[in-house]
Amino acid sequence: MLGYYVEVALRSLRRTSILTSLMVLAIGLGIGASMTMITVLHVMSGDPLPARSSKLFVPMLDPRPLGHGLSPSDRRTETPNGFTWPDAMNLLHEHHAVRQAAMQGGAVAVHPAQADSHTLFERGEFVTSEFFAMFQSPFRAGSGWTAQQDQRHARVVVLTSQLNQTLFGDASGIGRTVRLDNTDFRVIGVLNDWHPQPRFYGQPGYRTFGNPDQLFLPIQTALELKFSFEGQLSCWSNGGDTRTSDKCTWLQYWVELDSPDEVALYQQYLSNYWHDQQAGGRFTRKKSPPHLIGLTPWLTRWQVIPANLSMQMWLAIGFLFVSILSVVALLLAKFMRRSGEISVRRTLGARRRDIFIQFGVESAVIGSAGGLLGLLIAQFGLWSIRERPDGYAQLAHMHPLMLVSTVVLAIIACVLAGMLPAWRACQVPPALYLRMQ
Amino acid sequence: MMEFVPILAAWQRHKLIVVLLALLVALTCGIVCNVALMIQQRGALMSLPSGVAESNLVLVQSIDLSLTANPIAQHKTDLAALGLIPGVKAAAAVDALPFNGNNWTNGIMTTPDGRGGMSASASALNGTPGELRTLGIHIVAGRNFHPDEYIPLDSAHGFDGLEHVSAAIITEALAERLFPGKSALGRTIYSYPNPMRIVGIVDHLLRPDIGTGNDNDYSAIFPMLPDTRDVTYVLRTSPQERERVLKQAKDVLYQLDENRVLRGAETFEQLRARYFESDRTMIGLLIASAAGLLFVAALGITGLANFWVIQRRTQIGIRRALGATRGDILRYFQSENFLIVSFGIALGVVLAFAINTLLMRFYELRRLPFFYLPIGAVLLWCLGQIAVLGPALRASHVPPVAATRSG
Repeated sequence: MLGYYVEVALRSLRRTSILTSLMVLAIGLGIGASMTMITVLHVMSGDPLPARSSKLFVPMLDPRPLGHGLSPSDRRTETPNGFTWPDAMNLLHEHHAVRQAAMQGGAVAVHPAQADSHTLFERGEFVTSEFFAMFQSPFRAGSGWTAQQDQRHARVVVLTSQLNQTLFGDASGIGRTVRLDNTDFRVIGVLNDWHPQPRFYGQPGYRTFGNPDQLFLPIQTALELKFSFEGQLSCWSNGGDTRTSDKCTWLQYWVELDSPDEVALYQQYLSNYWHDQQAGGRFTRKKSPPHLIGLTPWLTRWQVIPANLSMQMWLAIGFLFVSILSVVALLLAKFMRRSGEISVRRTLGARRRDIFIQFGVESAVIGSAGGLLGLLIAQFGLWSIRERPDGYAQLAHMHPLMLVSTVVLAIIACVLAGMLPAWRACQVPPALYLRMQ
Repeated sequence: MMEFVPILAAWQRHKLIVVLLALLVALTCGIVCNVALMIQQRGALMSLPSGVAESNLVLVQSIDLSLTANPIAQHKTDLAALGLIPGVKAAAAVDALPFNGNNWTNGIMTTPDGRGGMSASASALNGTPGELRTLGIHIVAGRNFHPDEYIPLDSAHGFDGLEHVSAAIITEALAERLFPGKSALGRTIYSYPNPMRIVGIVDHLLRPDIGTGNDNDYSAIFPMLPDTRDVTYVLRTSPQERERVLKQAKDVLYQLDENRVLRGAETFEQLRARYFESDRTMIGLLIASAAGLLFVAALGITGLANFWVIQRRTQIGIRRALGATRGDILRYFQSENFLIVSFGIALGVVLAFAINTLLMRFYELRRLPFFYLPIGAVLLWCLGQIAVLGPALRASHVPPVAATRSG
């Protein structure tokens, strides 16, 4: 019976091809717009490290004096965006978490070994030794460096496979020398493609999407060689070198804690540290005690996903809703025009249920067509986003599950839209309309 | 007015359709008003005056790789050579520019300790002495810096140098914020907590990074030279010569010193275009979705009107048989549509403000201005009339004989 209804539906839709195409267009536009936005939001709010995210935390220490942070409207000054160098080094040396690392992004000039090649300017992350183990960055060859090498300001570097390819071709660069700014570094590791998106470990707001890090080297070495750091440096008092001052925040600091007990212990440790430092006259903001923020809340806190995007998603869903209302209206018109046909079927013994199913099938057919059109529109929308140079644009791809759910969503939307018109249609009494013809 | 009475009476029997139509119009009104606001808000950011002579400027970012050199001396040498390029009217080295994102924000207060006075966060856009002339920044009161006001070369020029600064040039917006209603010229401002005298006021100078707040023009210029190896050279030339000057500037800089990286060689207009790239994407998407939404809503209105005409063929026939003209029938459907759309708009106004309030709470959206509503209403009335025209014309062609065709 269902096959027959599909056939009837197709025939009826062909007969009123203009009305049908309008309905398909309405549902297709609504579905296309909402699926584009849902896809973009979905890829952007993905967990950057699915297996590890629940174990990674950012300790929050607010070393700013009272009264600092002048303009409340300026979100950038509302919370400290990082650690001071002395705090990061203290926590690092006391080593109370399973793993911990301090880091900050930067950029260096990379001189290829071939004399004729142009100097490259590559972005990277300056980190401490446990960075790789904590984030489980996959090594293709070699490894990271040790804490001792951190101390000795070792001239060592870990490259991404992409930069390794640029510099050394297909050969592994392990053991070879690469000149960064004006200093020779030894390549000790090459990473497989590892570009967690968003780049959660970087300073919020800097290269969050796209522009992946191409190299990693010890932060103490970078500091000694005065490599250029990126991101914000916030100071509240002057004197001395800003990077190593305890009055300037700029570093990112992450810790790995594997169980709730460890989290509680570390929380206690942070409080103790805070109190100890207060004895020395620091941490005067009694109202902001130290605490830990997990990876996912950290991303939410900094609005790593542009707020505009989720706003647009809600907008697109509103659009879908208007499309559904429009399709309800168009289906009402369409089904009621066939009152005569319904009447005849009812006279010949069709139950209300049969009529309802018949029109339900017709709605579903329209929904499927609308879903396919929506899929095309969504692909076009995503393509146009990918064409944009925004950092997140490159991520805008649909995976198979999204493809299927687009069509399913369209069918559900259309069947829902068809409910009311179909119910109205099956109210048509038998025989009554026969007189009309 | 008499027209409306039979319409209202007819609705008693068609509640469903009236509700559907009004809902459709209301939703469309609520969404489109807020989309228009989003578009307007983005557009307003894009049209903010930067305060610099945009069409005359080209820029090159130079990162020096020889750590031994003295950056300030290097900039001086570079600028001298850049100034000799034919067509270059002025050249300056700057550490920040509107739209280049290099935001160095300082707290500025009107009292030394910040108590009992006004305060604001302002961006510093410092440069070599030719900065104002090169960028074409317009001084509305006071003067440019005197050479002796620049801080000593041997003091730090970054954050630590701020304590040596004795003079500042600020924008009108910042002056108004710090000294509301008064002249700020000659007054003293404090930063960490060094006193500085305001020697000049400029009309506009946009911060390197702007947002939806009203502090986008809170900029200050301090007499500090860029002293890092990473600097931006700005050259002023005529619009026709920009490309050539840019190319020559790169050659000149490489010839002077090969051990550097040049990046971001572009015109100021390209910099601006790049900065607003994502806003343009956003505006495009918003316009496309608003147009799509209106189109779909019009489809829905047409569909419902069509349905209604079919349902009322007999009644139309009777009216025609009783002497109503085609025009009467046409007007009937048109005024009916007008009435329903008006109800929808009334509901839509409430919805528009509800959506607006919700969006304001979670996102950076402004309060919906009231004048959006009459515009939205007119738009939807027109949309309704266009959408109903086809079905209404069809209804007016129903022959009087239809009265006899069914019961």
